[in-house]
Amino acid sequence: MTVGVVMLVHTAFDRAEQMIRHWVAGGCPVVVHVDKKVDAATYTRFVNALSNLEHVHFSERQRCEWGAWGLVAASQGAAKLMLDQFPDVRHVFLASGACLPLRPVSELCQYLDARPDTDFIESATTADVPWTVGGLDRERFTLRFPFSWKKNRRLFDRYVRLQQIVGFKRKIPDGVVPHMGSQWWCLTRTTLSAILNDPKRPEYDRYFHRVWIPDESYYQTLARIHARKIESRSLTLSKFDFQGKPHIFYDDHQELLMRSGSFVARKIWPQAELLFKTFPRKTEPARIMAEPNTSTIDRVFGKAVERRTRGRPGLYMQSRFPNMESENGFTAAPYTVLQGLDDVFPDFTSWLAKRTGAQVHGHLYAKDKAHFAGEETVFRGGISDGARLRDYNGRMFLTNLVWNGRERHQCFQFGPADTQDIRWMLAKDTNASVWVVSGAWAIPLFLSNRPASEVRAEASRLQRIEHKLLKVLRSPYARARINISTLADFVDAPMDILQTIIDEMAGHRATTLTEVPKMADLTRFAAFLQDLKNQGMHPFLTGDFAVDDAQGPKQPRSRKPYVVGKK
Amino acid sequence: MSIWTSYRLRLQRKRWKIRARRKGRELTAVQDRTEQIQPTDILLFCTFRNEDIRLPYFLNYYRALGVNHFILVDNNSDDGGQTYVAEQPDVSLWTTKAGYGDARYGVDWLTYLQGKYAHGHWTLTVDVDEFFVYPFCDTRPIRALADWLDASEVRSFGAMLLDVYPKGPVSAATYTRGQDPLKVANWFDSGNYIMTRNARLRNLWIQGGPRARMFFANKPKRAPALNKIPFVKWSRAYTYVSSTHMILPRGLNLVYDQQGGEKTSGVLLHAKFLNTFSGRASEEAHRAEHYGQGQEYKSYAARHGADPDLWCKWSEQYINWRQLEILGLMSKGNWA
Repeated sequence: MTVGVVMLVHTAFDRAEQMIRHWVAGGCPVVVHVDKKVDAATYTRFVNALSNLEHVHFSERQRCEWGAWGLVAASQGAAKLMLDQFPDVRHVFLASGACLPLRPVSELCQYLDARPDTDFIESATTADVPWTVGGLDRERFTLRFPFSWKKNRRLFDRYVRLQQIVGFKRKIPDGVVPHMGSQWWCLTRTTLSAILNDPKRPEYDRYFHRVWIPDESYYQTLARIHARKIESRSLTLSKFDFQGKPHIFYDDHQELLMRSGSFVARKIWPQAELLFKTFPRKTEPARIMAEPNTSTIDRVFGKAVERRTRGRPGLYMQSRFPNMESENGFTAAPYTVLQGLDDVFPDFTSWLAKRTGAQVHGHLYAKDKAHFAGEETVFRGGISDGARLRDYNGRMFLTNLVWNGRERHQCFQFGPADTQDIRWMLAKDTNASVWVVSGAWAIPLFLSNRPASEVRAEASRLQRIEHKLLKVLRSPYARARINISTLADFVDAPMDILQTIIDEMAGHRATTLTEVPKMADLTRFAAFLQDLKNQGMHPFLTGDFAVDDAQGPKQPRSRKPYVVGKK
Repeated sequence: MSIWTSYRLRLQRKRWKIRARRKGRELTAVQDRTEQIQPTDILLFCTFRNEDIRLPYFLNYYRALGVNHFILVDNNSDDGGQTYVAEQPDVSLWTTKAGYGDARYGVDWLTYLQGKYAHGHWTLTVDVDEFFVYPFCDTRPIRALADWLDASEVRSFGAMLLDVYPKGPVSAATYTRGQDPLKVANWFDSGNYIMTRNARLRNLWIQGGPRARMFFANKPKRAPALNKIPFVKWSRAYTYVSSTHMILPRGLNLVYDQQGGEKTSGVLLHAKFLNTFSGRASEEAHRAEHYGQGQEYKSYAARHGADPDLWCKWSEQYINWRQLEILGLMSKGNWA
């Protein structure tokens, strides 16, 4: 009992010849189908090259076009010839010229001999497979496809659309339940001849003639009617990319293929010399009955699909440039933006860095330059601290910073005195966590000891800018985690907010705060605010400070010690 | 995008094709071996001027990748490089004394030759100091890339220009003829590139890197463009627009994905900053034949006496393409 190979060839004839010789040397008869599109001279040369092999036959040539009936007709003719010419063939294996046997032919034969009644054909109902190209799964079987998908995409799409609108549906023959799967199968003589000799075959053929990509559904569907025992998997290792094109194997896949234990792999790059030299491997008694295990290969190629369709979030580069607005999150990793806290606590950044282990920058968007952590002039990735360079593309400055620094949690200070270009980005970025103590810009003005009349204009400007930011942060489009509190509320109970910030930044490593950083001296601050008001400038973002302070100099109030209860 | 715009771009392309034909008359064939070119050959096009010191390694690098034939234009060299390449068995050489700037920085000459010889071929257009790196270039020849692009029905392949530089002053990076320049200068900036989309031609406009960081920090808009599309399945209807930064028809400029996925891309390692640079910078600034009257060169010469040290604390040292792919400078995309 042997295995017969039906081989479809349309290109790379020297490799196909090599493969045919492999199969024949392993004791398998081969029936070859050569695409009718191949010119006569090439065909004759190919036939002549193989004329010294006894067990090689050539079947009637069909014109094969991707997604069309020709491929099925080709395999039907070749399979029939195989069954007629070689009566002791029990399994028929469908292969192409780009299929490379990885394990010796004898191992495949033994494997199949141990499973004499099993048909290996991947076959699943349309509802259960995600790998359909063009979104057509069920509709492959119910619409008509007179136009080529490859050559006439527009007509193809329009005609499909038209049928969908009109509600056209073809009748599926009785008893046929559409199934799909890899077109590379290995069927038993019994099943295959039942399919080929079915009295209803003309009806089925007529129906499948107009199904889209019938080579992935003809045998897969009909095997369900005739087979006794279906193993729904292909013995041919074949991976597909996101468009349904087969992946190609190269020399550097040798190790992967070796470990896969698959019998046959496709497609092989015709010039992958090393692969053609290495495979098929010599027989190894220990391995003879081993089942193929393709999990590593699956992972590698699964990643490729993932990379091509989803990419690395937050990376903007020459071949990935998603529309920032429509991306789910602009940046590569969560980061924290703090506004006003460094005004309340003069030594805030170093304190926070020590507490959280995060990378805490100063004002990255300050007008003079980007204040990186530790006042470095260059940040990871070679990001320069120059203000003009940064403002030339403020949004990509941030996406680059987060991408390059994604190993650590990035945090930076922001304020109304800074360049504001990234306002909307901060609001919309789901990776951003924005904490605003509104009105804190008043503290540096207060500490400058300049009279209210002098700082009035500046205060008014900062307030206007901050107000704009708050409006953006409160807009319905804002998707960042946003927390806004007024200066008055914050100063009243800073511990709660600080603890939350630290918990969020440091994650499980966060510890309970026992001390609050040193706060700026706010004695007479309320009076300062009152002075501003008296100048006609209303600092409404600071919140309400107790007016009693504004009555004049009292003895300095000792600040409430912030005692923290046990958490 | 309106029909009007695409019509205007079409006219522009036609105009440039005509211009290229006119400029093609400035070329004289020195060594024409184009009859050797086979239908499936991969071709390389390049213009050079006084690059004798770089040419041997350049040719060897691309031979090793699997380029089959070189079509070179010598722009009035006087250092012997032109005779060296003319002797190479896989080189066809043209020469001209005409102005580089007048020929749109050499693009016209190459467009003319590409129209004549490159139709239907995968075509690499690079400068003598640019080294093409693509995913798996250490294990798969450029033919594999071309075949895969063909199978994927992709006609153009993007490779960003990545400046490499030495650690220390550029003048100390002594390069000798035939040497791998990456042995002398192999540091690069890994993550300071910014980009915007050009609505008209649909390409990305990429800037950044050490030149933006050092020379153009105060006039970032002037920083050199780094986007390049050097590898194209050529058709005689195509023409590059400005160097290999952009190409018409503009559909070829879509070498990036806009839905969040990554297309396959490579990198052109730009080994410009060697000890040969300082002499070059002052000469080219004087000649003013380069883009924007040699703006870039003037800027170097003025700021650093043409001997800058581009290295910084966060510079990365080049190892291989996998490193570039991990850093996010290029991508394997769908090719596995």
